[in-house]
Amino acid sequence: MCGIAGIIYKDGEHPIGAEMTRMLQSMKHRGPDSTGYALYGQPSNLVIMRYKLADANTTRDFEYEDRLRRHRAEVERRLHSIGAKVHELVEENEYAFRVSLEYAGDLKKLADFVEDVPDVEVLSLGNSLEIVKDLGDAETVAGGYQLNEFTGTHAIGHVRMATESDVDISGAHPYWAYPFSDIAVVHNGQLTNYFHWKRRLERNGHRFQSECDSEIIAVYLAEKMSEGASLEEAMRQSLDELDGVFTYVCVTGDALGVAKDEMAAKPLVLYEADDLVALASEEIAIRAIIDHEIDTYDPYEGEVLVWQR
Amino acid sequence: MAALGEHAISYDARGLSEPNADIPRISEIDGAAAAFDAHDLTTRQINLELRWLLNEQGVTDVTVRNPGAKHSLGVGILTRCKITFEGSLGYFGCGLIDGPEVHIKGRVGWSACENMMSGVVVIDGNAGSLTGAAFRGGDLVIKGRVGARTGIDQKGGTIIILGSAGSMNGFMMQRGRQIILGDVGHGLGDSMYDGTIYVAGKVRSLGIDCVPGEWTDADTEFIERKFRIYDLGTPPELQKFVCGKKLYNYDNLEPAERKLVL
Repeated sequence: MCGIAGIIYKDGEHPIGAEMTRMLQSMKHRGPDSTGYALYGQPSNLVIMRYKLADANTTRDFEYEDRLRRHRAEVERRLHSIGAKVHELVEENEYAFRVSLEYAGDLKKLADFVEDVPDVEVLSLGNSLEIVKDLGDAETVAGGYQLNEFTGTHAIGHVRMATESDVDISGAHPYWAYPFSDIAVVHNGQLTNYFHWKRRLERNGHRFQSECDSEIIAVYLAEKMSEGASLEEAMRQSLDELDGVFTYVCVTGDALGVAKDEMAAKPLVLYEADDLVALASEEIAIRAIIDHEIDTYDPYEGEVLVWQR
Repeated sequence: MAALGEHAISYDARGLSEPNADIPRISEIDGAAAAFDAHDLTTRQINLELRWLLNEQGVTDVTVRNPGAKHSLGVGILTRCKITFEGSLGYFGCGLIDGPEVHIKGRVGWSACENMMSGVVVIDGNAGSLTGAAFRGGDLVIKGRVGARTGIDQKGGTIIILGSAGSMNGFMMQRGRQIILGDVGHGLGDSMYDGTIYVAGKVRSLGIDCVPGEWTDADTEFIERKFRIYDLGTPPELQKFVCGKKLYNYDNLEPAERKLVL
């Protein structure tokens, strides 16, 4: 199962945090294990990093709190030593953090250095992208991370029914396209040539934080784009090079794209208006934010659609 | 955290279980006609209200306002009646029905009219994939476009699509007819056993063992009749596709072999 949703506004900022929550909550039946958001706020000169030190279901053993404290201090020490000036550090909860940095260096170096601290995972890195994901339904996650106040231009979200990897934050979508700035993906489906691509991308120096097949798509697309392909070109290539069944949504700092496999095995409903495009696995999610009758359709197999802001 | 002994439901996999839902009884009933607003009702309440009207109140013409793309609306209705949905339905709309004449003034999601036995369903908008899956009888008219695998495992009835259709239409179709006025995707009629598919638009590719069929007077009569009933104007030129019966291996065994196998 799994449910995916996306929304992109063409006319400035909107309360996308609250809207995405309504969309995802209405699809809770598609995946109650975890919920994730990739939200794009106002682009800034600062680098925004979201990271986590543990999971909601990590065993709270005797050393847990001590370990959190040590790892947290170590991350902050490393940020300082790599030359990133902390502008603001927000403690979302005991294990999840959002930090804005003045940092002009290489993002991969920053991500690798931070993730070298045990148990630490960088969830997102970029000038406007913020990925928030945790266990539970959309209202639980949005409440825990105060997402209902988030305003921005575009967002994607995911409700997960875990099938091939664990129920934890690492296994939750959206996936940030390590180590590329501001790119994220949500996916509904299964990839059958996962290990093939994982090995290939690992040889190119990429790291994979999870055992989840969907993480491949984000890094695959970002790598194609770093080689000069546009988002749409990269997504078209993915139809040939990724095997399995999928409908996935990829977002960048200024675009949102969707691709459907050649079997059209996973659903997607699309609504295009003058000021916004909304898409979701079920129309009921779009109707959660648009309270009047609308004309929607399902894209066909092998379709790639991209909207630029 | 729930206190010891306190009962807290923390996990509802479907998100909509309502074991004790009551019939809302909110319809405005006017003789044999009734109407109600479904905006604030749950799926179960809407279906209970429909059943209550049709089975207990002697109503034969129901209008449902604001269905709001909810799933599984109007399923399992087994009486002859008229139902109008003034809006879109979600997945599995009007499945397993036997008799009703349904008009959906909007769009439907996946698997609409699944296993429909008889009656008529007219959809003004688009439809998702798997529309009319295991369709057994009656007429289904979709005025917009449909997704993939429409009429998969169709066992009877007629599916008329005025727009285009996705891939694998009529996959494993066993009987019945489809009339598609737009273009169709890959694998049309893949592995069909029997039945007929008429297409006015372009066919991207035919599925395994689906071949062009010979046009007869019976085809002309059938098409003209359906176009007349649903007021669709003059029929365009249609191509006819049937099963090539190359995959029919069941009866080709020699009697001796058959004995061995069976």
